[in-house]
Amino acid sequence: MSGPAATPAAFREQAAAALARPQLKVALDRATALLQGRRREVMADYPEFQAARDAAARIKDHTLENLDHYAAEFAAAAEASGAKVHWAETPEEATRIVVEICKARGAKSATRVKSMLGEEIGLPAALAAAGIERVETDLAEHIIQLADERPSHIVIPALHKTQEEVADLFQAKHARPRASDEVEALVESARHELRPKYVAADVGISGANFLIAETGSVATVTNEGNAELTTALPPCHIVTVGVEKLVPTMEHAAVFLRLLARSALGSEFTQYVTFFNGPKRAGDRDGPEEMHIVLVDNRRTDMLGGDMREMLRCIRCGACMNHCPVYSVIGGHPYGGTYPGPMGSVLTPALTSLEEAGDLPNACTLNGRCQEVCPVKIPLTDMMRAMRERQWRQGLTKARSRWAIRAWAALARRPLIYRLATRAAVIGMRRFLASNGRIRNLPLAGGWTASRDMTAPGPRTFMSEWKRGRR
Amino acid sequence: MPDRKPDVALFVTCLADVMRPNVAFAAARLIEAAGAVVHVPDAQTCCGQPGFNAGADAAARAIAERVIEAFLPYDYVVAPSGSCAGMIKTHYAALFAGEPDWLLKQEELAAKTFELTQFLHGVMNWRPEGVSLKATATYHDSCSGLRELGVKAEPRALLAGIDGLELRPLAGEEACCGFGGAFCVKYPDISGAIVADKARAIRATGADILLAGDLGCLMNMAGKLSRDGTPVRCFHVAEALAGMIEGDGI
Repeated sequence: MSGPAATPAAFREQAAAALARPQLKVALDRATALLQGRRREVMADYPEFQAARDAAARIKDHTLENLDHYAAEFAAAAEASGAKVHWAETPEEATRIVVEICKARGAKSATRVKSMLGEEIGLPAALAAAGIERVETDLAEHIIQLADERPSHIVIPALHKTQEEVADLFQAKHARPRASDEVEALVESARHELRPKYVAADVGISGANFLIAETGSVATVTNEGNAELTTALPPCHIVTVGVEKLVPTMEHAAVFLRLLARSALGSEFTQYVTFFNGPKRAGDRDGPEEMHIVLVDNRRTDMLGGDMREMLRCIRCGACMNHCPVYSVIGGHPYGGTYPGPMGSVLTPALTSLEEAGDLPNACTLNGRCQEVCPVKIPLTDMMRAMRERQWRQGLTKARSRWAIRAWAALARRPLIYRLATRAAVIGMRRFLASNGRIRNLPLAGGWTASRDMTAPGPRTFMSEWKRGRR
Repeated sequence: MPDRKPDVALFVTCLADVMRPNVAFAAARLIEAAGAVVHVPDAQTCCGQPGFNAGADAAARAIAERVIEAFLPYDYVVAPSGSCAGMIKTHYAALFAGEPDWLLKQEELAAKTFELTQFLHGVMNWRPEGVSLKATATYHDSCSGLRELGVKAEPRALLAGIDGLELRPLAGEEACCGFGGAFCVKYPDISGAIVADKARAIRATGADILLAGDLGCLMNMAGKLSRDGTPVRCFHVAEALAGMIEGDGI
């Protein structure tokens, strides 16, 4: 894949680099304020939110418990409507299937609708390797492609870029000179670039927000209309989708549609919700001649049996990252994998390994806001803590943390020795008091005092003063 | 409730014990003023949360056992911290999974454990009388108290009873301050960036006092405000309610 290295192992370095970019913070502050504000407003008019998320979690849990049944039902219904269903266990298998379909048609170019699953399986790189021109049609993905970067958000891939940066990028890369830096002008410029490519594409590739088992339908939820152009104009439509996107019926999908638009962008509904049912039928005026649906597992069925199961409920709305204090200062790139923020911190270790993505479940304050806003009630912070517990058991916790916790636990279990230690700590820390009555530099706590003063402790511990009768 | 005054065990919290004894003295005074008898069990150290959050469940469990034994004999357990009270009330159960005897004890303790403002307001129906503080203040909702225990209305209702105190809303009052326990030393630059945002929001209120219900968050925000040279004094909500606001604060 193009762009900077994508590995969760480099989290610390990437986070430091992100913090050193003031422009990124400008973009993050604008986006966070907008997204939080809009969600707050729309939720104020949605009193059934709690009931809906209860229902949504139950629907997902039920579907996941019976995934084999619903996957088979979906495949039969989709094939009955003329689509071809493929099963891919690994990312390699999935991309190979897509490339083979393209090659069989002699395809030279493919338009693509934003799909995080496509990113997850490395589809952009696979298409490049096969010599197939890839045209990203989502406005933000178009920006990412021009800038040769990676998405930093699962709903708004170019969230890390300011409008000003996008204007400069379009000026440098688009054929038409810029009319102005206004959003409308930027959109118009992108439209001018993309329209001819929609018509010329040999294949259109999309993801899916939901798969409806009963009808074999593939549903996409978008705002730009690019999904419709991408899938209807070329003679071949390929869907790559994770198996966890299944829901039993249309009625069940409706519960999620209401939750998804509100949670993602704070709107009651998106501009477009499209249900695809097979290729063009006899008598249809348009639509693709072929439709392929590639159902991707990539460790999802492994997650079914373990303590990561609830993560499979995720509908990729991005609310967790929009409300995450860590994401709000470092953005999405440092998380390394395809998925950033709290849901990425849980999912990426499951898709890679706890060794490689060891920082992700730890780089979290456990403040719980992500699981509070999650529309399918994924206990994200509890799951991150559970991963820390697994790291501890498997000896993956950093030596310094292990020793600190062991020393603390040894003291905390022995109140008498603990009293002596706390008294000594008070005396010791007070030796570092600065003239403002606080500690400006404390050995072993340099991380803290690098950017903050430390409160002056004491003057004596509460326990010793209480014992001496002070009230 | 028996006719006698209830016996309340004060869970001092490790941070108040070492870093800000004034908070624990204020909590003790408030519990007494609310009509209860205060006890400070000798065997207490910490609730076990540092171990729990690090994934060291065995260590956390060993400490949780001692907390349960030391505090179970009292009518109530009250902590001037939503974080420690939340640990006891909502997380201890995970440490004793599959052990019915311990689970029963843990449940009993969880049911009688309260965060200070919820105890004063919700259990004792107390409100401050004759406390005055001529100041403008803003209030930060600490995450554990807010999301694990629902502490939100109680501190505000109690603070409304202080004469002369004007409470100004803090933009993003439900956003984490970046403390996160060990997080702030494991990822100090990320934590520092988060608390920088918080300090900016606090300054924007124009308040001269910042109040909150958890010392960890308060030390984090106070440390940043102090480093930035912002003259906002930081106090625990207990210190304000007990009329014990003095000096430069936390």
